[in-house]
Amino acid sequence: MTVLASSAPVLEVSALTRAFGGLVAVNVIDLAVHSGEIVGLLGPNGSGKTTALNLISGVLRPDSGTIRFAGQAINGMPAHRIARLGLARTFQLVRVLKGMSCAENVKAGLVFHRPPLSRGEIDESVDRLLRHVGLSDRGGLPAAGLTYIDCKRLELARALALKPRLLLLDEWLAGLNPSELLIGIELIRSLKEEGLSILLVEHVMDAIRSLCDRCVVMNSGRRIAEGRPDEVLADPAVIEAYLGVSPGVSTDA
Amino acid sequence: MSPTHIAAVIAVGAGLVVLALLPRYADAYYLSLAISLLQFTVLATAWGLFSGPTRYVSLATTAFFGVGAYIVAVLGEVLAWPLVLLIAAAIGALMAVIVGISTLRLSGLHFVIFTFGLAELVRQLVIWYEVNKTRVLGRYVFVDITQNDIFWQLLGLAVAVFAIGWLIARSRLGFALRIIGEDETVAKHCGINVTLAKVTLFAISAVFITLVGAIMAPRWTYIEPSIAFNPTISFQVVIMALLGGAHRLWGPAVGAIPLTLLFEFLSARFPATSTLIIGVVFLLIVYALPTGVAGLWERVSRRRAAAPPVQA
Repeated sequence: MTVLASSAPVLEVSALTRAFGGLVAVNVIDLAVHSGEIVGLLGPNGSGKTTALNLISGVLRPDSGTIRFAGQAINGMPAHRIARLGLARTFQLVRVLKGMSCAENVKAGLVFHRPPLSRGEIDESVDRLLRHVGLSDRGGLPAAGLTYIDCKRLELARALALKPRLLLLDEWLAGLNPSELLIGIELIRSLKEEGLSILLVEHVMDAIRSLCDRCVVMNSGRRIAEGRPDEVLADPAVIEAYLGVSPGVSTDA
Repeated sequence: MSPTHIAAVIAVGAGLVVLALLPRYADAYYLSLAISLLQFTVLATAWGLFSGPTRYVSLATTAFFGVGAYIVAVLGEVLAWPLVLLIAAAIGALMAVIVGISTLRLSGLHFVIFTFGLAELVRQLVIWYEVNKTRVLGRYVFVDITQNDIFWQLLGLAVAVFAIGWLIARSRLGFALRIIGEDETVAKHCGINVTLAKVTLFAISAVFITLVGAIMAPRWTYIEPSIAFNPTISFQVVIMALLGGAHRLWGPAVGAIPLTLLFEFLSARFPATSTLIIGVVFLLIVYALPTGVAGLWERVSRRRAAAPPVQA
Protein backbone atom coordinates (compact mmCIF):
# COMPACT_ATOMS: atom_id res chain seq x y z
CA MET A 1 0.00 0.00 0.00
CA THR A 2 2.73 2.49 0.92
CA VAL A 3 4.53 1.85 -2.35
CA LEU A 4 1.32 2.33 -4.30
CA ALA A 5 0.32 5.44 -2.38
CA SER A 6 3.61 7.16 -3.12
CA SER A 7 2.81 7.26 -6.87
CA ALA A 8 0.11 9.63 -8.11
CA PRO A 9 -3.24 7.81 -8.36
CA VAL A 10 -4.53 6.79 -11.80
CA LEU A 11 -7.95 8.11 -10.85
CA GLU A 12 -8.55 10.77 -8.25
CA VAL A 13 -12.10 11.92 -7.57
CA SER A 14 -12.68 14.71 -5.10
CA ALA A 15 -15.88 16.26 -3.78
CA LEU A 16 -17.83 14.84 -6.75
CA THR A 17 -21.48 15.91 -6.68
CA ARG A 18 -24.43 15.43 -8.99
CA ALA A 19 -28.11 16.05 -8.27
CA PHE A 20 -31.22 15.10 -10.26
CA GLY A 21 -33.77 17.70 -9.23
CA GLY A 22 -33.93 17.50 -5.45
CA LEU A 23 -32.23 14.08 -5.27
CA VAL A 24 -28.49 14.32 -4.70
CA ALA A 25 -27.41 11.03 -6.26
CA VAL A 26 -23.71 11.58 -5.68
CA ASN A 27 -22.93 13.79 -2.71
CA VAL A 28 -19.35 15.05 -2.19
CA ILE A 29 -17.66 11.74 -3.00
CA ASP A 30 -13.87 11.27 -2.70
CA LEU A 31 -12.28 8.26 -4.33
CA ALA A 32 -8.85 7.21 -5.59
CA VAL A 33 -7.60 4.26 -7.61
CA HIS A 34 -3.84 3.69 -7.66
CA SER A 35 -1.87 1.96 -10.36
CA GLY A 36 -2.45 -1.80 -10.41
CA GLU A 37 -5.14 -1.63 -7.75
CA ILE A 38 -8.67 -3.09 -7.74
CA VAL A 39 -11.04 -0.84 -5.84
CA GLY A 40 -14.60 -1.92 -5.07
CA LEU A 41 -17.40 0.62 -5.06
CA LEU A 42 -20.12 -0.87 -2.86
CA GLY A 43 -23.46 0.15 -1.46
CA PRO A 44 -27.10 -0.85 -1.48
CA ASN A 45 -29.30 -0.34 -4.55
CA GLY A 46 -29.90 3.31 -5.34
CA SER A 47 -26.89 4.53 -3.39
CA GLY A 48 -25.41 6.32 -6.42
CA LYS A 49 -22.72 3.86 -7.58
CA THR A 50 -23.74 3.73 -11.22
CA THR A 51 -24.23 7.51 -11.27
CA ALA A 52 -20.67 7.84 -9.97
CA LEU A 53 -19.39 5.62 -12.80
CA ASN A 54 -21.44 7.60 -15.33
CA LEU A 55 -19.85 10.82 -14.07
CA ILE A 56 -16.36 9.35 -14.33
CA SER A 57 -16.84 7.92 -17.84
CA GLY A 58 -18.48 11.10 -19.13
CA VAL A 59 -22.07 9.92 -19.68
CA LEU A 60 -23.14 12.60 -17.18
CA ARG A 61 -21.57 15.90 -16.23
CA PRO A 62 -20.86 16.58 -12.57
CA ASP A 63 -22.47 19.59 -10.87
CA SER A 64 -19.28 20.15 -8.92
CA GLY A 65 -16.10 18.41 -7.84
CA THR A 66 -13.08 17.28 -9.83
CA ILE A 67 -12.09 14.03 -11.54
CA ARG A 68 -8.44 13.60 -12.43
CA PHE A 69 -7.43 10.71 -14.65
CA ALA A 70 -3.74 10.07 -15.31
CA GLY A 71 -2.98 13.56 -14.04
CA GLN A 72 -5.52 15.32 -16.26
CA ALA A 73 -8.83 16.89 -15.21
CA ILE A 74 -11.60 15.05 -17.08
CA ASN A 75 -14.72 16.33 -15.30
CA GLY A 76 -17.14 17.65 -17.92
CA MET A 77 -15.13 16.19 -20.82
CA PRO A 78 -17.22 14.35 -23.46
CA ALA A 79 -17.23 10.55 -23.13
CA HIS A 80 -15.37 9.89 -26.39
CA ARG A 81 -12.38 11.98 -25.29
CA ILE A 82 -12.27 10.25 -21.91
CA ALA A 83 -12.35 6.88 -23.68
CA ARG A 84 -9.45 7.92 -25.90
CA LEU A 85 -7.40 8.83 -22.83
CA GLY A 86 -7.57 5.17 -21.80
CA LEU A 87 -10.60 4.86 -19.56
CA ALA A 88 -12.87 1.97 -20.56
CA ARG A 89 -16.04 0.59 -19.03
CA THR A 90 -18.73 -2.06 -19.18
CA PHE A 91 -22.40 -1.43 -18.45
CA GLN A 92 -24.75 -2.63 -15.75
CA LEU A 93 -27.21 -3.85 -18.41
CA VAL A 94 -24.76 -5.52 -20.76
CA ARG A 95 -24.47 -3.67 -24.06
CA VAL A 96 -23.22 -5.60 -27.08
CA LEU A 97 -23.79 -4.48 -30.67
CA LYS A 98 -26.28 -7.17 -31.64
CA GLY A 99 -26.38 -6.37 -35.34
CA MET A 100 -22.67 -7.07 -35.68
CA SER A 101 -20.38 -10.08 -35.45
CA CYS A 102 -18.30 -10.74 -32.33
CA ALA A 103 -15.15 -9.65 -34.16
CA GLU A 104 -16.78 -6.37 -35.19
CA ASN A 105 -17.82 -5.73 -31.58
CA VAL A 106 -14.18 -5.94 -30.53
CA LYS A 107 -13.09 -3.95 -33.57
CA ALA A 108 -15.36 -1.12 -32.39
CA GLY A 109 -12.94 -0.63 -29.50
CA LEU A 110 -9.87 -0.74 -31.76
CA VAL A 111 -10.68 1.39 -34.79
CA PHE A 112 -10.90 4.79 -33.08
CA HIS A 113 -7.54 4.88 -31.31
CA ARG A 114 -5.42 8.03 -31.55
CA PRO A 115 -3.10 7.60 -33.39
CA PRO A 116 -4.97 4.97 -35.46
CA LEU A 117 -3.78 1.37 -35.50
CA SER A 118 -2.85 -0.33 -38.76
CA ARG A 119 -5.23 -2.88 -40.27
CA GLY A 120 -2.80 -5.67 -39.37
CA GLU A 121 -2.61 -4.56 -35.73
CA ILE A 122 -6.41 -4.38 -35.54
CA ASP A 123 -6.91 -7.91 -36.94
CA GLU A 124 -4.21 -9.30 -34.67
CA SER A 125 -5.70 -7.55 -31.62
CA VAL A 126 -9.23 -8.81 -32.37
CA ASP A 127 -7.99 -12.42 -32.28
CA ARG A 128 -5.89 -11.84 -29.17
CA LEU A 129 -8.72 -10.13 -27.23
CA LEU A 130 -11.33 -12.73 -28.16
CA ARG A 131 -8.91 -15.44 -27.02
CA HIS A 132 -8.18 -13.49 -23.82
CA VAL A 133 -11.85 -13.47 -22.73
CA GLY A 134 -12.45 -17.06 -23.87
CA LEU A 135 -14.26 -16.42 -27.14
CA SER A 136 -11.68 -17.85 -29.56
CA ASP A 137 -13.20 -18.96 -32.89
CA ARG A 138 -16.42 -17.03 -32.23
CA GLY A 139 -15.25 -13.95 -34.18
CA GLY A 140 -17.45 -14.63 -37.20
CA LEU A 141 -20.63 -15.38 -35.25
CA PRO A 142 -23.34 -12.74 -34.83
CA ALA A 143 -23.27 -11.21 -31.34
CA ALA A 144 -27.06 -11.60 -31.09
CA GLY A 145 -26.67 -15.37 -30.63
CA LEU A 146 -24.40 -15.25 -27.57
CA THR A 147 -25.33 -16.50 -24.11
CA TYR A 148 -25.43 -14.05 -21.21
CA ILE A 149 -21.92 -14.77 -19.94
CA ASP A 150 -20.52 -14.63 -23.47
CA CYS A 151 -22.16 -11.22 -23.97
CA LYS A 152 -20.36 -10.10 -20.81
CA ARG A 153 -17.09 -11.52 -22.13
CA LEU A 154 -17.56 -9.76 -25.45
CA GLU A 155 -18.30 -6.45 -23.74
CA LEU A 156 -15.14 -6.86 -21.67
CA ALA A 157 -13.10 -7.59 -24.80
CA ARG A 158 -14.45 -4.40 -26.38
CA ALA A 159 -13.49 -2.41 -23.28
CA LEU A 160 -9.99 -3.95 -23.25
CA ALA A 161 -9.63 -3.11 -26.93
CA LEU A 162 -9.29 0.55 -25.93
CA LYS A 163 -5.96 -0.38 -24.27
CA PRO A 164 -7.25 1.18 -21.05
CA ARG A 165 -5.20 2.23 -18.03
CA LEU A 166 -8.35 2.12 -15.94
CA LEU A 167 -11.32 -0.19 -16.33
CA LEU A 168 -14.73 0.51 -14.81
CA LEU A 169 -16.80 -2.63 -14.33
CA ASP A 170 -20.46 -2.04 -13.48
CA GLU A 171 -21.75 -5.28 -11.90
CA TRP A 172 -19.86 -7.28 -14.46
CA LEU A 173 -20.20 -10.46 -12.36
CA ALA A 174 -23.93 -10.09 -11.66
CA GLY A 175 -26.19 -12.82 -12.98
CA LEU A 176 -23.48 -15.44 -13.45
CA ASN A 177 -23.95 -18.96 -12.06
CA PRO A 178 -21.41 -20.25 -9.47
CA SER A 179 -19.06 -21.90 -11.97
CA GLU A 180 -19.20 -18.92 -14.34
CA LEU A 181 -18.49 -16.67 -11.37
CA LEU A 182 -15.21 -18.47 -10.69
CA ILE A 183 -14.19 -18.04 -14.33
CA GLY A 184 -15.17 -14.35 -14.18
CA ILE A 185 -13.17 -13.71 -11.00
CA GLU A 186 -10.10 -15.38 -12.51
CA LEU A 187 -10.45 -13.25 -15.64
CA ILE A 188 -10.55 -10.01 -13.63
CA ARG A 189 -7.59 -11.16 -11.52
CA SER A 190 -5.59 -11.83 -14.69
CA LEU A 191 -6.26 -8.25 -15.82
CA LYS A 192 -4.87 -6.92 -12.55
CA GLU A 193 -1.79 -9.07 -12.98
CA GLU A 194 -1.26 -7.41 -16.36
CA GLY A 195 -1.06 -4.09 -14.54
CA LEU A 196 -4.55 -2.75 -15.21
CA SER A 197 -6.24 -0.61 -12.55
CA ILE A 198 -9.89 -1.47 -11.96
CA LEU A 199 -12.82 0.23 -10.26
CA LEU A 200 -15.70 -2.19 -9.88
CA VAL A 201 -19.25 -1.79 -8.70
CA GLU A 202 -20.30 -5.16 -7.32
CA HIS A 203 -22.77 -6.95 -5.07
CA VAL A 204 -21.19 -10.41 -5.19
CA MET A 205 -19.44 -10.55 -1.80
CA ASP A 206 -17.16 -13.50 -2.66
CA ALA A 207 -15.81 -11.56 -5.59
CA ILE A 208 -15.31 -8.42 -3.51
CA ARG A 209 -13.39 -10.31 -0.81
CA SER A 210 -11.14 -12.15 -3.22
CA LEU A 211 -10.49 -9.34 -5.72
CA CYS A 212 -10.56 -5.93 -4.08
CA ASP A 213 -7.54 -4.30 -2.48
CA ARG A 214 -9.73 -1.56 -1.05
CA CYS A 215 -13.43 -0.73 -0.98
CA VAL A 216 -15.41 2.47 -0.83
CA VAL A 217 -18.99 2.14 0.42
CA MET A 218 -21.74 4.56 -0.58
CA ASN A 219 -25.19 5.05 0.86
CA SER A 220 -27.74 7.63 -0.35
CA GLY A 221 -25.06 9.37 -2.38
CA ARG A 222 -22.57 9.72 0.48
CA ARG A 223 -19.39 7.86 1.28
CA ILE A 224 -19.89 5.98 4.53
CA ALA A 225 -16.80 3.77 4.73
CA GLU A 226 -13.45 3.03 3.13
CA GLY A 227 -10.84 0.35 3.77
CA ARG A 228 -9.93 -3.29 3.19
CA PRO A 229 -12.90 -5.48 2.16
CA ASP A 230 -13.07 -7.39 5.46
CA GLU A 231 -12.90 -4.11 7.40
CA VAL A 232 -15.66 -2.30 5.55
CA LEU A 233 -17.95 -5.34 5.36
CA ALA A 234 -17.74 -5.57 9.15
CA ASP A 235 -18.31 -1.86 9.64
CA PRO A 236 -21.56 -1.25 11.61
CA ALA A 237 -22.49 1.68 9.35
CA VAL A 238 -22.17 -0.54 6.27
CA ILE A 239 -24.19 -3.37 7.78
CA GLU A 240 -26.85 -0.87 8.75
CA ALA A 241 -26.93 0.57 5.24
CA TYR A 242 -27.43 -2.87 3.68
CA LEU A 243 -29.65 -4.53 6.28
CA GLY A 244 -31.18 -1.70 8.33
CA VAL A 245 -31.01 -1.42 12.12
CA SER A 246 -32.43 -4.01 14.40
CA PRO A 247 -32.22 -3.38 18.14
CA GLY A 248 -31.76 -7.10 18.92
CA VAL A 249 -28.73 -7.67 16.69
CA SER A 250 -25.25 -6.88 17.87
CA THR A 251 -23.09 -5.38 15.12
CA ASP A 252 -19.81 -6.13 16.86
CA ALA A 253 -17.38 -7.82 14.50
CA MET B 1 -10.89 -8.79 -57.78
CA SER B 2 -12.95 -11.92 -58.28
CA PRO B 3 -14.62 -12.69 -61.65
CA THR B 4 -18.04 -11.66 -60.24
CA HIS B 5 -16.61 -8.27 -59.22
CA ILE B 6 -15.16 -7.73 -62.69
CA ALA B 7 -18.46 -8.76 -64.28
CA ALA B 8 -20.34 -6.35 -62.01
CA VAL B 9 -17.99 -3.47 -62.87
CA ILE B 10 -18.39 -4.16 -66.61
CA ALA B 11 -22.19 -4.38 -66.26
CA VAL B 12 -22.37 -1.08 -64.36
CA GLY B 13 -20.04 0.60 -66.85
CA ALA B 14 -22.08 -0.64 -69.84
CA GLY B 15 -25.31 0.43 -68.13
CA LEU B 16 -23.91 3.93 -67.59
CA VAL B 17 -22.88 4.23 -71.25
CA VAL B 18 -26.38 3.21 -72.37
CA LEU B 19 -27.92 5.71 -69.94
CA ALA B 20 -25.57 8.50 -71.04
CA LEU B 21 -26.67 7.95 -74.67
CA LEU B 22 -30.37 8.05 -73.73
CA PRO B 23 -30.95 11.69 -74.79
CA ARG B 24 -29.93 10.66 -78.34
CA TYR B 25 -32.80 8.25 -78.88
CA ALA B 26 -35.44 9.13 -76.26
CA ASP B 27 -38.19 11.64 -77.06
CA ALA B 28 -39.02 14.59 -74.81
CA TYR B 29 -41.52 12.66 -72.67
CA TYR B 30 -39.16 9.79 -71.88
CA LEU B 31 -36.28 12.16 -71.27
CA SER B 32 -38.43 14.06 -68.79
CA LEU B 33 -39.40 10.80 -67.10
CA ALA B 34 -35.75 9.75 -66.94
CA ILE B 35 -34.89 13.08 -65.30
CA SER B 36 -37.57 12.50 -62.65
CA LEU B 37 -36.25 8.98 -62.02
CA LEU B 38 -32.68 10.20 -61.63
CA GLN B 39 -33.78 13.10 -59.45
CA PHE B 40 -35.54 10.85 -56.96
CA THR B 41 -32.82 8.20 -57.14
CA VAL B 42 -30.21 10.75 -56.05
CA LEU B 43 -32.50 12.34 -53.45
CA ALA B 44 -33.50 9.03 -51.85
CA THR B 45 -29.95 7.65 -51.91
CA ALA B 46 -28.56 10.85 -50.39
CA TRP B 47 -31.32 10.75 -47.75
CA GLY B 48 -30.44 7.12 -46.97
CA LEU B 49 -26.74 7.96 -46.61
CA PHE B 50 -27.58 9.83 -43.42
CA SER B 51 -30.86 8.36 -42.22
CA GLY B 52 -30.00 4.72 -42.96
CA PRO B 53 -27.19 4.24 -40.46
CA THR B 54 -28.25 6.86 -37.90
CA ARG B 55 -32.00 6.06 -38.05
CA TYR B 56 -32.82 9.77 -37.82
CA VAL B 57 -35.75 10.54 -40.14
CA SER B 58 -35.11 13.88 -41.82
CA LEU B 59 -37.95 15.85 -43.42
CA ALA B 60 -35.58 18.64 -44.41
CA THR B 61 -35.08 17.33 -47.97
CA THR B 62 -37.20 20.09 -49.46
CA ALA B 63 -35.37 22.78 -47.43
CA PHE B 64 -32.04 21.87 -49.05
CA PHE B 65 -33.62 21.19 -52.45
CA GLY B 66 -35.37 24.58 -52.44
CA VAL B 67 -32.24 26.44 -51.35
CA GLY B 68 -30.38 24.83 -54.26
CA ALA B 69 -33.11 25.95 -56.68
CA TYR B 70 -33.12 29.50 -55.30
CA ILE B 71 -29.34 29.83 -55.54
CA VAL B 72 -29.67 29.11 -59.27
CA ALA B 73 -32.54 31.60 -59.59
CA VAL B 74 -30.47 34.33 -57.91
CA LEU B 75 -26.97 33.60 -59.24
CA GLY B 76 -27.65 31.60 -62.42
CA GLU B 77 -27.50 34.60 -64.74
CA VAL B 78 -24.59 36.28 -62.94
CA LEU B 79 -22.02 33.54 -62.50
CA ALA B 80 -20.64 30.62 -64.52
CA TRP B 81 -22.65 27.40 -64.07
CA PRO B 82 -19.94 25.32 -62.31
CA LEU B 83 -19.41 28.18 -59.87
CA VAL B 84 -23.16 28.34 -59.16
CA LEU B 85 -23.16 24.61 -58.37
CA LEU B 86 -20.11 25.01 -56.17
CA ILE B 87 -21.80 27.79 -54.18
CA ALA B 88 -24.97 25.71 -53.89
CA ALA B 89 -22.94 22.78 -52.50
CA ALA B 90 -21.14 25.04 -50.03
CA ILE B 91 -24.31 26.72 -48.77
CA GLY B 92 -26.07 23.35 -48.46
CA ALA B 93 -23.17 22.01 -46.41
CA LEU B 94 -23.04 25.12 -44.21
CA MET B 95 -26.77 24.97 -43.56
CA ALA B 96 -26.53 21.28 -42.68
CA VAL B 97 -23.66 21.89 -40.26
CA ILE B 98 -25.60 24.65 -38.46
CA VAL B 99 -28.80 22.59 -38.33
CA GLY B 100 -26.86 19.45 -37.39
CA ILE B 101 -24.95 21.00 -34.51
CA SER B 102 -28.11 22.51 -33.08
CA THR B 103 -30.42 19.48 -33.54
CA LEU B 104 -28.54 16.19 -33.73
CA ARG B 105 -28.34 16.01 -29.96
CA LEU B 106 -32.14 15.80 -30.02
CA SER B 107 -33.90 12.47 -29.84
CA GLY B 108 -35.24 10.93 -33.03
CA LEU B 109 -38.80 12.22 -32.77
CA HIS B 110 -37.80 15.80 -31.96
CA PHE B 111 -35.43 15.70 -34.90
CA VAL B 112 -38.24 14.71 -37.30
CA ILE B 113 -40.40 17.61 -36.16
CA PHE B 114 -37.52 20.07 -36.21
CA THR B 115 -36.51 19.19 -39.77
CA PHE B 116 -40.12 19.52 -40.93
CA GLY B 117 -40.28 22.92 -39.24
CA LEU B 118 -36.96 23.89 -40.81
CA ALA B 119 -38.30 23.44 -44.34
CA GLU B 120 -41.28 25.64 -43.49
CA LEU B 121 -39.05 28.21 -41.78
CA VAL B 122 -36.76 28.54 -44.80
CA ARG B 123 -39.78 28.86 -47.09
CA GLN B 124 -41.32 31.61 -44.96
CA LEU B 125 -37.98 33.45 -44.79
CA VAL B 126 -37.72 33.42 -48.57
CA ILE B 127 -41.31 34.64 -48.92
CA TRP B 128 -40.69 37.41 -46.40
CA TYR B 129 -37.52 38.50 -48.18
CA GLU B 130 -39.11 38.45 -51.63
CA VAL B 131 -42.22 40.34 -50.54
CA ASN B 132 -40.46 42.97 -48.44
CA LYS B 133 -37.13 43.45 -50.21
CA THR B 134 -37.39 42.47 -53.86
CA ARG B 135 -41.19 42.99 -54.05
CA VAL B 136 -41.70 39.96 -56.31
CA LEU B 137 -42.87 36.53 -55.26
CA GLY B 138 -41.55 34.53 -58.19
CA ARG B 139 -38.33 34.52 -60.16
CA TYR B 140 -37.50 33.53 -63.70
CA VAL B 141 -34.64 31.10 -64.19
CA PHE B 142 -32.84 32.12 -67.37
CA VAL B 143 -29.79 29.94 -67.77
CA ASP B 144 -28.34 28.24 -70.77
CA ILE B 145 -29.03 24.68 -69.59
CA THR B 146 -30.93 22.21 -71.77
CA GLN B 147 -32.92 19.14 -70.70
CA ASN B 148 -30.03 17.01 -71.96
CA ASP B 149 -27.61 18.90 -69.71
CA ILE B 150 -29.91 18.36 -66.73
CA PHE B 151 -30.05 14.66 -67.48
CA TRP B 152 -26.29 14.28 -67.78
CA GLN B 153 -25.60 16.31 -64.66
CA LEU B 154 -28.05 14.22 -62.64
CA LEU B 155 -26.48 11.06 -64.00
CA GLY B 156 -23.07 12.32 -62.91
CA LEU B 157 -24.47 13.18 -59.49
CA ALA B 158 -26.03 9.71 -59.20
CA VAL B 159 -22.64 8.10 -59.92
CA ALA B 160 -21.05 10.41 -57.35
CA VAL B 161 -23.60 9.66 -54.61
CA PHE B 162 -23.14 5.91 -55.04
CA ALA B 163 -19.34 6.25 -55.13
CA ILE B 164 -19.32 8.37 -51.96
CA GLY B 165 -21.74 6.01 -50.23
CA TRP B 166 -19.57 3.04 -51.17
CA LEU B 167 -16.45 4.76 -49.87
CA ILE B 168 -18.13 5.83 -46.61
CA ALA B 169 -19.33 2.28 -45.94
CA ARG B 170 -15.72 1.12 -46.12
CA SER B 171 -14.30 3.96 -44.05
CA ARG B 172 -13.87 4.52 -40.34
CA LEU B 173 -16.76 7.00 -40.56
CA GLY B 174 -19.02 4.29 -41.97
CA PHE B 175 -18.09 1.86 -39.19
CA ALA B 176 -18.60 4.61 -36.60
CA LEU B 177 -22.09 5.26 -37.96
CA ARG B 178 -23.04 1.60 -37.80
CA ILE B 179 -22.01 1.56 -34.14
CA ILE B 180 -23.94 4.79 -33.49
CA GLY B 181 -27.01 3.25 -35.12
CA GLU B 182 -26.71 0.22 -32.82
CA ASP B 183 -25.99 2.01 -29.56
CA GLU B 184 -24.95 5.61 -29.21
CA THR B 185 -23.66 5.26 -25.64
CA VAL B 186 -21.38 2.40 -26.65
CA ALA B 187 -20.18 4.45 -29.61
CA LYS B 188 -19.12 7.29 -27.32
CA HIS B 189 -17.29 4.87 -25.06
CA CYS B 190 -15.42 3.48 -28.04
CA GLY B 191 -13.89 6.92 -28.55
CA ILE B 192 -16.24 8.00 -31.35
CA ASN B 193 -17.08 11.70 -31.59
CA VAL B 194 -20.75 10.99 -32.21
CA THR B 195 -21.82 14.56 -32.95
CA LEU B 196 -18.99 15.10 -35.44
CA ALA B 197 -19.78 11.83 -37.25
CA LYS B 198 -23.49 12.63 -37.54
CA VAL B 199 -22.98 16.25 -38.61
CA THR B 200 -20.41 15.20 -41.22
CA LEU B 201 -22.77 12.69 -42.75
CA PHE B 202 -25.75 15.06 -42.58
CA ALA B 203 -23.67 17.65 -44.47
CA ILE B 204 -22.57 15.15 -47.15
CA SER B 205 -26.20 14.10 -47.64
CA ALA B 206 -27.35 17.74 -47.76
CA VAL B 207 -24.77 18.69 -50.40
CA PHE B 208 -26.25 16.11 -52.79
CA ILE B 209 -29.82 17.20 -52.09
CA THR B 210 -28.95 20.88 -52.58
CA LEU B 211 -27.20 20.06 -55.86
CA VAL B 212 -30.27 18.19 -57.13
CA GLY B 213 -32.35 21.31 -56.41
CA ALA B 214 -29.83 23.48 -58.24
CA ILE B 215 -29.62 21.19 -61.26
CA MET B 216 -33.40 20.85 -61.50
CA ALA B 217 -34.10 24.60 -61.26
CA PRO B 218 -33.60 25.40 -64.98
CA ARG B 219 -36.30 22.84 -65.79
CA TRP B 220 -39.00 25.10 -64.39
CA THR B 221 -37.97 28.48 -65.91
CA TYR B 222 -40.16 30.09 -63.23
CA ILE B 223 -39.95 29.32 -59.52
CA GLU B 224 -41.63 30.59 -56.41
CA PRO B 225 -41.36 29.40 -52.78
CA SER B 226 -44.33 27.02 -52.99
CA ILE B 227 -42.71 25.21 -55.95
CA ALA B 228 -39.14 25.12 -54.67
CA PHE B 229 -40.02 24.27 -51.07
CA ASN B 230 -42.77 21.75 -51.76
CA PRO B 231 -43.06 19.58 -48.60
CA THR B 232 -44.40 16.62 -50.61
CA ILE B 233 -40.86 15.99 -51.91
CA SER B 234 -39.60 15.37 -48.35
CA PHE B 235 -42.29 12.78 -47.73
CA GLN B 236 -41.92 11.11 -51.13
CA VAL B 237 -38.20 10.65 -50.53
CA VAL B 238 -38.85 9.05 -47.13
CA ILE B 239 -41.40 6.63 -48.63
CA MET B 240 -39.02 5.66 -51.43
CA ALA B 241 -36.11 5.04 -49.08
CA LEU B 242 -38.30 3.01 -46.73
CA LEU B 243 -39.70 0.89 -49.56
CA GLY B 244 -36.22 0.05 -50.79
CA GLY B 245 -34.61 -0.22 -47.35
CA ALA B 246 -32.51 2.67 -46.07
CA HIS B 247 -29.93 0.48 -44.36
CA ARG B 248 -28.44 -0.54 -47.71
CA LEU B 249 -26.76 1.80 -50.17
CA TRP B 250 -28.77 0.41 -53.10
CA GLY B 251 -32.04 0.24 -51.12
CA PRO B 252 -33.41 3.77 -51.64
CA ALA B 253 -32.84 3.57 -55.40
CA VAL B 254 -34.82 0.31 -55.55
CA GLY B 255 -37.70 2.17 -53.91
CA ALA B 256 -37.28 5.38 -55.91
CA ILE B 257 -37.72 3.87 -59.36
CA PRO B 258 -41.14 2.14 -59.00
CA LEU B 259 -42.55 4.92 -56.81
CA THR B 260 -41.47 7.70 -59.16
CA LEU B 261 -43.29 5.86 -61.95
CA LEU B 262 -46.32 5.35 -59.69
CA PHE B 263 -46.43 9.01 -58.60
CA GLU B 264 -46.02 10.10 -62.21
CA PHE B 265 -48.92 7.89 -63.23
CA LEU B 266 -51.10 9.00 -60.33
CA SER B 267 -50.57 12.71 -60.84
CA ALA B 268 -51.44 12.29 -64.54
CA ARG B 269 -54.51 10.07 -64.01
CA PHE B 270 -55.83 11.11 -60.61
CA PRO B 271 -54.51 14.63 -60.03
CA ALA B 272 -57.09 15.37 -57.33
CA THR B 273 -56.62 12.25 -55.22
CA SER B 274 -52.94 11.45 -55.80
CA THR B 275 -51.89 12.71 -52.33
CA LEU B 276 -54.46 10.45 -50.71
CA ILE B 277 -53.21 7.43 -52.65
CA ILE B 278 -49.60 8.29 -51.79
CA GLY B 279 -50.61 8.28 -48.11
CA VAL B 280 -52.16 4.83 -48.45
CA VAL B 281 -49.04 3.56 -50.24
CA PHE B 282 -46.94 4.91 -47.37
CA LEU B 283 -49.05 3.03 -44.79
CA LEU B 284 -48.91 -0.20 -46.78
CA ILE B 285 -45.12 -0.04 -47.08
CA VAL B 286 -44.58 0.61 -43.38
CA TYR B 287 -46.89 -2.28 -42.41
CA ALA B 288 -45.94 -4.83 -45.06
CA LEU B 289 -42.22 -4.11 -45.52
CA PRO B 290 -40.85 -2.46 -42.38
CA THR B 291 -37.24 -3.15 -43.45
CA GLY B 292 -37.89 -2.53 -47.13
CA VAL B 293 -37.06 -4.62 -50.16
CA ALA B 294 -33.46 -4.84 -48.91
CA GLY B 295 -34.63 -6.40 -45.63
CA LEU B 296 -36.87 -8.86 -47.48
CA TRP B 297 -34.00 -9.78 -49.79
CA GLU B 298 -31.72 -10.44 -46.80
CA ARG B 299 -34.33 -12.68 -45.13
CA VAL B 300 -34.87 -14.70 -48.30
CA SER B 301 -31.16 -15.15 -49.01
CA ARG B 302 -30.51 -16.13 -45.38
CA ARG B 303 -33.25 -18.74 -45.59
CA ARG B 304 -31.74 -20.01 -48.81
CA ALA B 305 -28.30 -20.18 -47.24
CA ALA B 306 -29.76 -22.16 -44.35
CA ALA B 307 -31.74 -24.55 -46.57
CA PRO B 308 -29.07 -26.80 -48.23
CA PRO B 309 -27.90 -28.66 -45.06
CA VAL B 310 -31.52 -29.66 -44.39
CA GLN B 311 -31.89 -31.20 -47.84
CA ALA B 312 -28.50 -32.94 -47.74
